[in-house]
Amino acid sequence: MTTTTPVDVAAVTPPPSRASGRPTAKAKAPRNWRGWIFVAPFMIVFLLVFLAPVAYSVYLSLFRHQLIGGDHFVWFQNYTQAFSDPKLREGAVRVLVFLVIQVPIMLCLALFAALAIDSRRLLGSAFMRLGIFLPYAVPGVVAVLMWGFLYSDRMGLAGNVNDFLGHDVLKPFSQTWILPSIGNIVTWEFVGYNMLIFYSALRTIPGDLYEAAALDGAGQFRIVRSIKLPALRGAIVIATIFSIIGSFQLFNEPNILKPLAPGLITTYYTPNMYAYNLSFFGQQVNYAATVAIVMGVITAVIAYVVQLRGNRQEQR
Amino acid sequence: MTAPALDRTSHQAKGLMAPRKSPLLTIVMALMVIYALLPLAWLLISSTKSQDSLFGSFGLWFSGPFSFFSNIKDTLTYDDSIFLRWFGNTLLYVVAGAGGATLLATLAGYGLAKYTLPGKRAVFATVLGAIAVPGTALAVPTFLLFSKMGLTNTIWAIIIPSLISPFGLYLVWVYAVDAVPTELLEAARVDGAGELRTFFTISIKLLTPGIVTVALFSVVAVWNNYFLPLIMLNDPKLFPLTIGLTQWNQQATGVGSNPIFNLVITGSLLTIIPIVVIFLLLQRFWQSGLSAGSVKQ
Repeated sequence: MTTTTPVDVAAVTPPPSRASGRPTAKAKAPRNWRGWIFVAPFMIVFLLVFLAPVAYSVYLSLFRHQLIGGDHFVWFQNYTQAFSDPKLREGAVRVLVFLVIQVPIMLCLALFAALAIDSRRLLGSAFMRLGIFLPYAVPGVVAVLMWGFLYSDRMGLAGNVNDFLGHDVLKPFSQTWILPSIGNIVTWEFVGYNMLIFYSALRTIPGDLYEAAALDGAGQFRIVRSIKLPALRGAIVIATIFSIIGSFQLFNEPNILKPLAPGLITTYYTPNMYAYNLSFFGQQVNYAATVAIVMGVITAVIAYVVQLRGNRQEQR
Repeated sequence: MTAPALDRTSHQAKGLMAPRKSPLLTIVMALMVIYALLPLAWLLISSTKSQDSLFGSFGLWFSGPFSFFSNIKDTLTYDDSIFLRWFGNTLLYVVAGAGGATLLATLAGYGLAKYTLPGKRAVFATVLGAIAVPGTALAVPTFLLFSKMGLTNTIWAIIIPSLISPFGLYLVWVYAVDAVPTELLEAARVDGAGELRTFFTISIKLLTPGIVTVALFSVVAVWNNYFLPLIMLNDPKLFPLTIGLTQWNQQATGVGSNPIFNLVITGSLLTIIPIVVIFLLLQRFWQSGLSAGSVKQ
């Protein structure tokens, strides 16, 4: 799930746009170019590593390489090909299924854990908070390697459990279970991170609200429903958006598990793996750029819709 | 293991009676903790086993000769100590990449928070848009662009893309608005201090918790980076740990397979330890940094 940037990108708080306004400097600050001393270095590198690749891939996606005659400008042929490409569709549907099932499970677990820790009804809650968060610090690659071992029949726990029960109950590497197996790894990696986001948001609820609720005789569940969940809305929207982006980018887990589950994970298992294999093993950089753009646009649209919906509910 | 900064300022200090502890909730949460820690316990136990006893022994208990130290020695010396080389590479990428990312994000976030500079809206819109664009959608085009520039298969191919952390920019921005009083900057200006000098002598101290949080999450991102080095690097001498470990793991399959699972497992353990230690040592900072970010919503 994690790739070049999603982890550091994963916002902990809502982006300024969805609050009442951007964080602005106090009005008195002088309006002049001096501030650019600070902003310019970031923007220069940003142009190089964000905007230039986007522009370049749009450019590439409009060409097609031919054995005779080199690159040809083909308008939107690559895009029409992408929309009728069964491999891309299969991968896209797969990450969509993954998203619809894994993201709610992960976020509900994270929400439950955050509320439980915030309720102060736990013994050893500081240890629990840290323990559940710890997997986030584990590199995704190591996480997949570990779970890959645990799943394996010969040396893993799946094998131990099967031996104990006498027949093959757990088959993480099978047609039916490979996607849930991947989902489990992703959930394990990120549930603590999301929990911490929710927990941080819960800590900012002013104590007066709880006192007022207690005076009104509100019970625990009433407080959760009427105070805590509304206060978490912004954090939930953000966590959802970043989980959606992460799901669409699914790459590390299937790609590292691929040698362990030969035949189950294809080169086009997810759109991201498809783009990667197209450009590095298929020599089809133009089409790979097209696939990347199509998936980027779909992701951005869905993230945008989720954000709009989240905001609308907030205003209600 | 508590975060005083969080606990003291919270609602819970304001005289609300502590509710009764709930055994049921504690048990449910304990199950979650077990789920989170189980693979790590397995890794720790497995690192004490030789390759032979990894197979056919119960995963969550010790078995066979205690091979922890010989595993570590083998991991560190295998293939001309390539693991140490990977470790050094990872450190380089983290120091240069995450360090640079923190510096750039801090400067820019501060500039955006404390100056009404022309083009601020445009900066904001592009950076926000960049957060929504999937990182991997950019990776392939970045590779193509870098190969045109002759940067692939060099350390720069890893360091340069790591320098940008839109989330870090956002966090410092939000943090700086309140952490650095504008009156203070004006006083410094009246005293004739230059903008950069003011930043490095005064503002940077006030921003520390925010900076530590950004640095920590940048370190994690670079330390854990897999996709970028996978596509950018061919030369094993430039690999970070993540790529090296997956290479070792792949030795077990295919033609001429030479499984070294005990090294993969011990190497994984050695890869996790530094980052976990950093998180534990700095938790006071990042937990308060995160909650400071949340206050702003």
